[in-house]
Amino acid sequence: MTTTHDGYLATRRLILKGAVTVALVGLGNIPFSLVPTFAAANDKYPEDAFKAKSDADAIKSLYGKTAEPSDKVKLDAPEIAENGAVVPISVSTTLADVTSIALLVSENPNALAASYKIPTGTMPSVANRLKMAKTSNVIAIVEAGGKLYSAAKEVKVTVGGCGG
Amino acid sequence: MASTIRVRATSSGETTEVQALIQHPMDSGFVKDVKGETIPPHFIQELTFEYDGKSVFVADWGAAVSKDPYVKFSFKGGKKGDDLKISWVDNKGATDTTTAKIQ
Repeated sequence: MTTTHDGYLATRRLILKGAVTVALVGLGNIPFSLVPTFAAANDKYPEDAFKAKSDADAIKSLYGKTAEPSDKVKLDAPEIAENGAVVPISVSTTLADVTSIALLVSENPNALAASYKIPTGTMPSVANRLKMAKTSNVIAIVEAGGKLYSAAKEVKVTVGGCGG
Repeated sequence: MASTIRVRATSSGETTEVQALIQHPMDSGFVKDVKGETIPPHFIQELTFEYDGKSVFVADWGAAVSKDPYVKFSFKGGKKGDDLKISWVDNKGATDTTTAKIQ
């Protein structure tokens, strides 16, 4: 009887030990699998973020956190874009300690359009031209002091920029 | 071969404003040609501006940046006559580099 009892306890102990090991290995793995996808943290081209379909997924992949809307982020885009292949868009901000600026077009096949690294000494302002498949929200993300701030504006597109 | 990069960098004393125009098809991979065949993606992924051995601006681009891309930014410092180095690499591994004098 006792042996069976011991055997049961030993098994139980083994299972518990196993569970602890799994938990530790699991915890250890999380930072390793997430870190390389944070573009802001390293210089690598953020391939996964550019492949993400939705704006939310792209922001999560690029920064690993969410943005809060801020009136300190100024997004300049036309109300109506006659040609979706060339839509002039610019972003500037009065926020301090800006480290990066990203631009997303929600309705494009891949939402993330451009991500700019702003080293110390460079103005937190950028202008460029983007393609828009159809009428969509354009989102500007500004990373300042480790936090994310956003601004959005709807741009109406009369002729799409993706061969439409 | 003529450079694909055209840059104008102007110093106002305290800051330098940089405007760059690059010749590149920036094919998104979503467009079909006249025969109905999809044009494969071909776009610039990284564009770097260096001044005095340091990057002053780095752009990571997706396929949604317009053909013959244009970008404008400014940075503190930068003297007239100094060099600004610009380089890009696209998704097929092609690159181009040029150096512009700050005016």
